[in-house]
Amino acid sequence: MSTEAHVGRLPATEWDGGALPYRVGHRKLGMWLFIVSDAMTFSAMLIAYSYARVSSDSWPTPFPFYPSIIFSTTMTLFLLASSFTMVMAVRASAHNRLRAARRWIGATMVGGLAFLVLHLIEWEHLIHDGLRPFRLAGEWVEKWPEAPPLFGASFFAITGLHMFHVLTGVLYLGFIALRITKTRHEDVEISGLYWHFVDLVWMFVFPLIYLMSVDFSG
Amino acid sequence: MAETEVPNEVHTHEGHAAGHAGGHGAHHAPTGFIRKYIFSIDHKVIGIQYLLLALFSVILGMLMSVLMRMKMTWPEHAWPVLGTLFPEGAPGGVMTPEFYLSLVTMHGTMMVFFVLTTAPQGGFGNYFLPIQIGADDMAFPYLNMLSFWITFLGLAVLVAAIFASGGSVIGPTGGWTGYAPLSAVGHLFNVPGQDMGVNLWVISIAIFCVASLLGALNFIVTLLNLRTKGMSLMRMPLTCWAWFTTAVLALLSFPVLLAAGVLLFLDHNAGTSFFVPGGLSNGTVVLDHSGGSPILWQHLFWFFGHPEVYIAILPGMGATSHILSTFARKPIFGYRAMVFAMFAIGLLGFFVWGHHMFISGMSPLTSAAFSVLTLSIGVPSAIKTFNWLGTLWGARIRFTTPMLFAIGFVSLFVAGGITGLVLGQSSLDLSMHDTYFVLAHFHLVMGVAAIFGMFAGTYFWFPKMFGRMMNETLGKIHFWPTMIGVYAIFIPMHAMGMVGLPRRYSQFYEIIDGKMVWIYNFNKPTHALIHFVTWAAIITVAVQFLFVFNFFWSMFKGKKASDNPWEATTLEWVTATPPPHDNFGGRVPVVYRGAYEFGVPGAPEDFVLQTTPDESGPNVAYAAEEQGTGNGHNGRG
Repeated sequence: MSTEAHVGRLPATEWDGGALPYRVGHRKLGMWLFIVSDAMTFSAMLIAYSYARVSSDSWPTPFPFYPSIIFSTTMTLFLLASSFTMVMAVRASAHNRLRAARRWIGATMVGGLAFLVLHLIEWEHLIHDGLRPFRLAGEWVEKWPEAPPLFGASFFAITGLHMFHVLTGVLYLGFIALRITKTRHEDVEISGLYWHFVDLVWMFVFPLIYLMSVDFSG
Repeated sequence: MAETEVPNEVHTHEGHAAGHAGGHGAHHAPTGFIRKYIFSIDHKVIGIQYLLLALFSVILGMLMSVLMRMKMTWPEHAWPVLGTLFPEGAPGGVMTPEFYLSLVTMHGTMMVFFVLTTAPQGGFGNYFLPIQIGADDMAFPYLNMLSFWITFLGLAVLVAAIFASGGSVIGPTGGWTGYAPLSAVGHLFNVPGQDMGVNLWVISIAIFCVASLLGALNFIVTLLNLRTKGMSLMRMPLTCWAWFTTAVLALLSFPVLLAAGVLLFLDHNAGTSFFVPGGLSNGTVVLDHSGGSPILWQHLFWFFGHPEVYIAILPGMGATSHILSTFARKPIFGYRAMVFAMFAIGLLGFFVWGHHMFISGMSPLTSAAFSVLTLSIGVPSAIKTFNWLGTLWGARIRFTTPMLFAIGFVSLFVAGGITGLVLGQSSLDLSMHDTYFVLAHFHLVMGVAAIFGMFAGTYFWFPKMFGRMMNETLGKIHFWPTMIGVYAIFIPMHAMGMVGLPRRYSQFYEIIDGKMVWIYNFNKPTHALIHFVTWAAIITVAVQFLFVFNFFWSMFKGKKASDNPWEATTLEWVTATPPPHDNFGGRVPVVYRGAYEFGVPGAPEDFVLQTTPDESGPNVAYAAEEQGTGNGHNGRG
């Protein structure tokens, strides 16, 4: 990058070697690629769920507006808020305000943890109602006798995988926050990329699994 | 630049692993045995580790195929050795049908995942991609080490499946495609091998998926970010393009298999029914499962599975292009077309998975779409083939062993690919499906052709890797029987398939009262061919041990190799043999020209190294003004 003497002989764009064509370091590019591949994993899961749902004659729509949807919307808001605080964290880090960055990352972790706790409470309720990976809750079977037992399977598999990602994200952010003074700005940004991705996945999970399962019968 | 930190975001670094503080790049040569040869982060050592892992797997997989041939050819013959080794799988030395099916499964899984996916990409790619683009290592050396050891763990789990399947079988019995519902609920009907066998099998594959996608990510970042000065995309050797395309395919397809594997694992262990339809029964038990679809497994599996066959073959195409050009002493014909054709094959590969499922009951319209897309892959494939022929046209060919195998690759790719046009048509596939015709097709095109690519690569790069030449005479003695042998095995299989000989059958006839009774009378005409193929297979497999011998013998006793024994042009031939720990001994090559400048008019030799600034002058490894500065190399110093 510093030797410009060969411009006449050598191709000189950033794509021609000796430079970073996307102007991002290895780790950031690596994170983008990881996000692409992880998106494929979630897509496969969501497509499997959609396939099962579309090919079934009947599918339970068990979530009443209150409390289920209100509850899951609250979870969603926590996650969305945590994306906002992550943006603030990256901004603070960009301006080298490390203490502020650490606080914003802390807030992000709190949002993520709140999401996790609420999510686990929700799981607990559903399991209490009798929902299992291999069977529907008792009341649901009466309401939707033709429905296959796949609601629990897809619900637990997909939200479980997402929950695992949130948990990993919280730990990852904790690691970054602890080492914020030794961490390069780009690494803060990268953890932000991962966090926003995990939120983005939820923005697909939430409508497909929750909003499409609203019980309008009241 | 090496010592001064550059604060802006463009600065690169490779201190990616936890605890590796700071942004300083080049790691130092390790000294202890463990860090040097076992848990090494040197891409060259990791590449050789992948190759040895694949060599182990290929020998195992090959022996399994011999056992399979023995069973189907002499179905009632007792082999006392087998009776001792597998008292339940081969009671009295006669292999059971279940044992045969587990051989089929393990052969396929070993070969596809741990040979065809690891050796060309993880092995040669790891070793040569960084060198060919002028980098001192992969972008993420620790991740690279992790990828290998995760792969190793996957293999260990698969080998564990051999021992944990209950003795009567050596693994699951459902084939490498693990079709549901057998793979999901076979254990509930006490099908041998479907309990722990399937569990370990699917865990092994999931582990392998993780390793592969981490490896793929590493390859892509390395290729994009670490090209040395002057190494523009269109100056890269075609091998690099092949590894890059393969990495993209792996990055996008393995996650889907991972998801499918997780769902299968849940079906198998948590009682879910993603892939299990309702009302399954074996006559005595009716299962609780309901609502799932076995076709869903097929969709997810083949969405991965078809790109996977290109993952196996593309690196072979890259190596073939590279080697043909070198020994034809001509530039590769249509370099750009080769690059675009390769990408076209990779892209189309994602839209053709349905051609594995023509008989699954899909709509004829869907079949037609998949059919058209499948046949269109013939276009880029033909571009590649004709460009290879164009490269050979009018050349004064140096018939070295690697060259012979590269030409063999072209031959096998055409011979195996042409039947893809037959099978890609749903109307024809309906009758060909699950016959030996399919078996012959994919073994030639993705199995043997890819293996020939690896052989070519091994003979070609061995001197660079180990500092000694492989024995040419042994190499040629290896080549000819192998070339004739694989055709002798697989060409008759096309005929057998057209007669209707079904795949996955452990035997086609029984001996009753000393008389041969065929399960299907229309298979009778294949009797002589079955014997012929088996003998051809045994001889061909035996010849492969010549290669193994040559490999290890040459490592210690081979003729010393010079830095550029083949008079080739790319960066791996610029550096010392074998390359030092940082690949170029502290210096940084600068690239002034394309990868295949052979026979340049006015040049003093018939090849011009990529690092030579002035083609009318002598070949130089490092241009004078760049020597010793290490500048301009990604700021990594």
